[in-house]
Amino acid sequence: MAFVSLHNFSVDGIAAAVPAYSEKNTDYPYFSEKESKLFTKTVGVEKRHIAKQQRLTTSDLALEAAKKMINALNWEKSEIDFLIFVSQSPDYYLPATAIILQDRLGLSKNTLAFDVGLGCSGYIYGLFTAANFLQNGQLKKGLVVVGDVSSYTINKEDKSTYPLFGDAATVTAVSYKENAKPAYFDLHSDGSGYQSIIIPDGGTRNLISEESFKVKDFGNGVKRCNLEVSLNGLDIFNFSVTTVPNSLKEFLQKINKTPEDIDYFVMHQANKLMNEMIRKKLGFSKNQVPYSIDKYGNTSSASIPLTICSELKEVAENKPLKMLLSGFGVGLSWANAYLETNPMVCLPVIEV
Amino acid sequence: MDTLNEFINKLKTEFGEDYDVSGIDEKTKITEIDWWSSMHALIIIALIDSEYDVIIEPEELKNAQTVEDLYSIIAEKING
Repeated sequence: MAFVSLHNFSVDGIAAAVPAYSEKNTDYPYFSEKESKLFTKTVGVEKRHIAKQQRLTTSDLALEAAKKMINALNWEKSEIDFLIFVSQSPDYYLPATAIILQDRLGLSKNTLAFDVGLGCSGYIYGLFTAANFLQNGQLKKGLVVVGDVSSYTINKEDKSTYPLFGDAATVTAVSYKENAKPAYFDLHSDGSGYQSIIIPDGGTRNLISEESFKVKDFGNGVKRCNLEVSLNGLDIFNFSVTTVPNSLKEFLQKINKTPEDIDYFVMHQANKLMNEMIRKKLGFSKNQVPYSIDKYGNTSSASIPLTICSELKEVAENKPLKMLLSGFGVGLSWANAYLETNPMVCLPVIEV
Repeated sequence: MDTLNEFINKLKTEFGEDYDVSGIDEKTKITEIDWWSSMHALIIIALIDSEYDVIIEPEELKNAQTVEDLYSIIAEKING
């Protein structure tokens, strides 16, 4: 039972970067006017930022966010003990992108750096890993870099994915802080659902071959090859509106909180209709649950910190906050966190 | 629990703003409506969840032949 409370953990700052290039779903050529309207109304995505046009990687975006974050916090680069890179779109098959970022950021060679391969649940896993490193005070400062550039692995003629996903990378600066309020985490996995969101080829299970590049027509406006994301939206939908709210209800019980005790409930920006169902099931009011999916789409693991930068900057900078966070999706993997933050550095969303 | 007619009216209200719903009745085959797509499946599942606190599996929706069948599935779930 992965339910854990961790101490002495502080979130000092959050920064998010997106590519400057963006597309509106009203301009998506494979939607009729009606489909586009319905998509905006239900899924909630109006605009997405796309890295592919500018040939930016997740780490290119993260680099800009990290530089600004380090400056804003006045941190010495030599003080940064670790860098965790959470992504499913690394720069290379190998080596790990976290190590390349250590060098590109000019961090010390004593920096501990590694990648974590998770998607929608990744932000919580990243914070959880960082909080574990920090709690006994031997490591003092770290960066949790979280994000994806999904645009490289999505077929423009796939209506189930192309209008949904956006690209973004985020940096959360974390540190050891004695007597910080405990942070609570609750983490889950169900590998039986691994096929629900999958890029089938290119790993060692299905080696890349000529066949991998062949675009197939799956009907209903879905065309893609096996090197691109396949999304079974209905499978994910049911998981998201049953398993996820149930796990959140149990989590709130374990930490002895009700929605009234929480300032903001920031969810992975999966799909507006789905997120609203989760919100209603848990009894949170609309103003407790911020959305950025309209402006950025579903940005995978980046969506929670991106939403904080985009929607909660003012309050996060000026007030202590009680926050409930929840990430869920590809894996299947889902995780919840409860944090009490102090006023932090929250940078406006950076366009690269 | 709503009557079958009340359920049909809720479906019509949900989609009436954007689509021609005048032909929808208890015999309508949902997945064969000419404007039907997987997004409408999500909307119907969400509507049923918020109105009746019941989750319909996508498979059940696919297998439901008509609006009346769907209504029966909901009723069955409510009555346990």
